[in-house]
Amino acid sequence: MEIPAIVGAGLVVIGVGMGIGRIGGSAMEAIARQPEAYGKIQTAMLIAAALIEGIGFAALFAV
Amino acid sequence: MRKKQLISAIFFVLSGFFAQAVEGGPKDEEKTGDLKSEIKAYIRHHLEDTHDFSIGSYTTDEGMKKYIGFSLPVILWDGELVSFSSAKLKHGKSVHRVGSKYYKLYHGKIYRTDAEGTITYDADKKVTNDKPLDLSMTKSVVTMLFTAALMFFLFRSLANSYKTNGSIAAGVGRFFEPIVIYIRDDIAIPNIGKKHYRRYMSYLLTIFFFVWFLNILGLSPLGINVTGNIAVTFGLALLTFLITNLTANKNYWAHIFWMPGVPILMKIVLAPIELLGVVIKPFSLLIRLYANIQAGHIVLMSLIGLMFIFNNWLGSSLSFVLAFAISIIEVLVALLQAYIFTMLSALYFGFAVEEHEEAH
Repeated sequence: MEIPAIVGAGLVVIGVGMGIGRIGGSAMEAIARQPEAYGKIQTAMLIAAALIEGIGFAALFAV
Repeated sequence: MRKKQLISAIFFVLSGFFAQAVEGGPKDEEKTGDLKSEIKAYIRHHLEDTHDFSIGSYTTDEGMKKYIGFSLPVILWDGELVSFSSAKLKHGKSVHRVGSKYYKLYHGKIYRTDAEGTITYDADKKVTNDKPLDLSMTKSVVTMLFTAALMFFLFRSLANSYKTNGSIAAGVGRFFEPIVIYIRDDIAIPNIGKKHYRRYMSYLLTIFFFVWFLNILGLSPLGINVTGNIAVTFGLALLTFLITNLTANKNYWAHIFWMPGVPILMKIVLAPIELLGVVIKPFSLLIRLYANIQAGHIVLMSLIGLMFIFNNWLGSSLSFVLAFAISIIEVLVALLQAYIFTMLSALYFGFAVEEHEEAH
């Protein structure tokens, strides 16, 4: 039985969503612990989220 | 004040809703069969680069399709340089003759045809007609030139205001000055370092404002999609790639070909991976910007298209609210993508000029 490509893309998007969710959640925890490091945490969070997001788009465009 | 804003917001939502209600009248019923493919064609047409600048089209009572906008010059290299106005191609409806050659616009691309404008296909439905090298001033080219001119005007006036106004920004420069300072203090200096950052500032500022302006212009009703064009983002990423590698010091190359501080077997394994990374880094830049902007445009256009598919007040107003919300998110994404492009470029430049005093 062949699994359609769109199912794979959906799985990738679930993974990407979980990944970005974890990054956002962890960043919020970190900011709550150290509000003075807000700027640095936000920058690191955005870079990590952008890198993961790229994979999600690659999957969507592959379909 | 608050009340006034609320009233005007409600007015805008309602006016959009009524405008849609007028659009999707009962006369659309008869062609529901190909409505979906018509919407698909509209979305695809919006995402493509075109040879004319039209913001819309309508069908007259006689069944003629009229375009609102203006034509742009077509420049082709076909053994010799050929140029004419894109109005001559009449959106693919007629063949234009130059000397002994005939040209026809077909699905956004210009092909050489015979006098009748016959398009031939091979077995895979691919067009087999000759395609001259297209160097035209397309919509994207014009928009980029416009953005470049706008940036030159805005930032020259900011620079001049420091001279004439006693080191204080004047006019629109007051808006841009904090952004320039932010890019210097929070993007360039932490990533590149105090010693080298000045060399890269001009590039980082240019890339940030260029991408940001183009992203914002893409959201305007002009219907331009420049940063969602993979050739444009390829060009931008290529610049980052060239600057990274041409200004790199010996530490950078040592880390690629002969990683210091690891066993010799590991050095051999790491070299090809690191070499691949040199290309993958700018490649991820190009895919990220392209995919984000393209996906945003597709989502927005699909939501607007949904109004015509639902064709009732509930569905239309729902998709209007959704499209409105997505538009606001897209304004944020426009800024975020420009920021990330600049940020990662600065990070790569930082790798290129990093100096290692101690072995690690």
